[in-house]
Amino acid sequence: MSTTRRDFLKTTGALTLSFALPVRLKGAAQAPAPAEAFEPSGMLRIDRDGTVTVWATRTEIGQGVRTSMAMAIAEELEADWSRVKVLQASTAPRFGDLGVTGGSQTTRSTTLALRKVGAQAREMLLQAAADTWGAPKAECLARSGRVQHPLTKRSLDYGELTDRAAKLPVPAEPPLKAAKDFRILGRDVARLDGPDIVSGRAQFATDIHLPGMLVASIERCPVFGGKVRSFDATAALKVPGVKKVQAISSGVAVFGEDTWAAFAGREALKVQWDEGPAARLDSAAIRKQYEERLKAPGKVVRQEGDAAQALPKAAKRIKATYDAPFLAHATMEPMVAVADVKPDRCMIWAPTQAAGMALPFVEKATGLKAGQIEIQVTLAGGGFGRRAMADFILDAVECSKAAGAPVKAQWTRPDDFQHDGYRPATLHELEAGLDAKGQPVAWLHRYAGPSIAASNHFPWPPEATELAGAADLPYAIPNLRVEWGQSDTPVPVWFWRAVPASFNPFVTECFLDELAHAAGKDPLDFRLRHLPKAPLKLGQHEFDPARYRAVLELAADKAGWRKRKLPKGWGRGIAAHAYLDCGTYVAQVAEVEAKAGGGIRVHRVVCAVDCGMALNPRNVKAQMEGGIAFGLSAALYDEITLKDGRVTASSFSEHPILLLPSMPKVEVHIVPSNLPPGGVGEPGLPPLAPAVANAYFNATGKRLRSLPLLPPALRKA
Amino acid sequence: MAEYTLSVNGQSHTVEAPADMPLLWVLRDRLKLTGTKFGCGQGLCGACTVHLGSEPTRSCITPVADVGTQRVTTIEGLDPHGAHPLQKAWIEADVAQCGYCQTGQIMTAAALLARHPKPTDREIDQAMGENVCRCGTYLRIREAIHLAAGQGKGVKP
Repeated sequence: MSTTRRDFLKTTGALTLSFALPVRLKGAAQAPAPAEAFEPSGMLRIDRDGTVTVWATRTEIGQGVRTSMAMAIAEELEADWSRVKVLQASTAPRFGDLGVTGGSQTTRSTTLALRKVGAQAREMLLQAAADTWGAPKAECLARSGRVQHPLTKRSLDYGELTDRAAKLPVPAEPPLKAAKDFRILGRDVARLDGPDIVSGRAQFATDIHLPGMLVASIERCPVFGGKVRSFDATAALKVPGVKKVQAISSGVAVFGEDTWAAFAGREALKVQWDEGPAARLDSAAIRKQYEERLKAPGKVVRQEGDAAQALPKAAKRIKATYDAPFLAHATMEPMVAVADVKPDRCMIWAPTQAAGMALPFVEKATGLKAGQIEIQVTLAGGGFGRRAMADFILDAVECSKAAGAPVKAQWTRPDDFQHDGYRPATLHELEAGLDAKGQPVAWLHRYAGPSIAASNHFPWPPEATELAGAADLPYAIPNLRVEWGQSDTPVPVWFWRAVPASFNPFVTECFLDELAHAAGKDPLDFRLRHLPKAPLKLGQHEFDPARYRAVLELAADKAGWRKRKLPKGWGRGIAAHAYLDCGTYVAQVAEVEAKAGGGIRVHRVVCAVDCGMALNPRNVKAQMEGGIAFGLSAALYDEITLKDGRVTASSFSEHPILLLPSMPKVEVHIVPSNLPPGGVGEPGLPPLAPAVANAYFNATGKRLRSLPLLPPALRKA
Repeated sequence: MAEYTLSVNGQSHTVEAPADMPLLWVLRDRLKLTGTKFGCGQGLCGACTVHLGSEPTRSCITPVADVGTQRVTTIEGLDPHGAHPLQKAWIEADVAQCGYCQTGQIMTAAALLARHPKPTDREIDQAMGENVCRCGTYLRIREAIHLAAGQGKGVKP
């Protein structure tokens, strides 16, 4: 086993992917590799029985990365897919930096590096076979888990070559396969976790039981920023199975022998809160705060020409106000983590999307050093950004430290709704001008809302997390100005599926529809006509209008735009979004039935996606379906409101999630492409809400500018 | 605390538990049958669905004292080899994304197929209409139920 650490590849955006060869460590964090195994990388092992084990260094939150990461390695390795298994990496040094699973970045930032890991192993196995046979390596062929020597019709299983391969140097730059030779990538591959999931064997963090483990349930101040004044644990401690009650930094923890004891003890707990300055906060006050913020100039985040000068000269001016609410993630598995804190070591099992980001917080909470802490990432019952927060991990760590025992900190559903990091609520004012021919000559978009970056102290400009879908408006309008006004509130905000592209494209793609209508033009034609002629830089990324055009045209064509006759009371709408951060373009056409009293039934969504090369087309389609379902929940029903400083929703009945009977027919069409693969977890969401709102307008002539779209009485899934 | 003797997946188990302890926590924490999931504790999402007799039941709001002699079937007991037609169909249609709700979905679907071996879309909507999947796998759930029923990709109402 090599003792030199070799990091290679590669930095993409903010996420660093580094792989380390197995290293011998003094700390206990290192699980020794069996001597008989071949481990050309910290994340790949081939055993003597030919089993290929891949450790996924990104977190599975339903987006399919455990399968797709293994596919990328197996492709170059020429592995026998039926003998590939996937395990989950931890923060142990052998796995390198786990980065952040988010922003639909995994595919884009890791695929090439993973292929290289597979290719290195393949080259070493080829060499090992060549050495065994005394044949030139060039005459040997790796295929389906074996090395063949066609000239002599000999072959050896990879498992028979591990001893020899393990002694060879790892090639720095192994040749990579041409895409035309791919046997695994680009095929429909079922996810590797399927059998465990359907049998109930798949182990999530909430399923972990350790010997001597207690379960903690934490009563938190219902008002953001509030603190414990005092508590009375007398009744709680009388509940059978309750072992201990203790204040920790997030609230008062009740420790039970099992989950129900902890929950029942918490019911009996009495806490006096110092609710702090946010005790009177409500949604109306936040709205007013945003309105005030918009009266002052915002930060200019896009400026071309001079919109202020151009607007008064326009033949026609259109103004509109849009808004979007705070939203909860509502993962199916409520927040949970397990920790075992000992004086010199801390072991954590957590469904975290950002184990590395959590480590410094754990160091601080335990007083231990990074090398003494290991976070084993588990399967996650949904993520959508929520599980990149460290709060639920720290609950487990503090509780274990307090109890001197392993502890599972188990959140309830109300905890999960009421103590989330929410999708920011925003308020938008737009004004645009058309010339006498109906061409857009000016666009002014001013919006206000909190900054995820600033409120979480990320070392980025405050607007960095709020711009996509607004500042990167892809249409060619000569006078264009986008202003963002920071307006933080006591409500914690965090990344939610598609981040600002969950609200900005709703605003911009609907307002563009308003312009098309004002110009008397077809919304599809209007979009196509006003695309830039050539690729250009938008923000940090290149925008390719040809790809944008292609998804619009494909979605429109498959939907029968202008051709398919819709029943009375139906309408169709179109919207698109270039998710430039992960290199994926999506357009959707929604067919919607307007019902009495403002009711909306979405019958059909036709989705066109260009994600570069589709590594696993079936998963690309699944992610588009998922993004559409997630987006439709938010578009129709969901908002987080505040009253007396408290989040009003505490259950799925107050914050409904789309259910099967309301799921529209979805047709996903993938643009064939040989471009580098892009992300698909988030890009399916942004066009959905504007496509639906535009379809509703098409059906009724009524423009909906406030999310969610349904009137309050109809917001039932 | 009292003693309850439960029939779970064909086996008899005696557990000590408070009378109001939901069946969910008896299964998960006492019997270590963790395939049944905690989603809301309010009977609203269906992740905890098991069968009491042949009835799909929300175990998170079913006190252990109410179970009595009814046979409890969890995902672990649906088929001894995990090869129930629905489990096979779920893999064929590649339904799961995060997978957390899927055992509850499958148990709900199994009760449906026991009653309606060839369900229409409408019958599926009715039976499955209160099981939440946050990942949005609904279309594949419907497809998998049709596959398990031997109806290819499905029959319309």
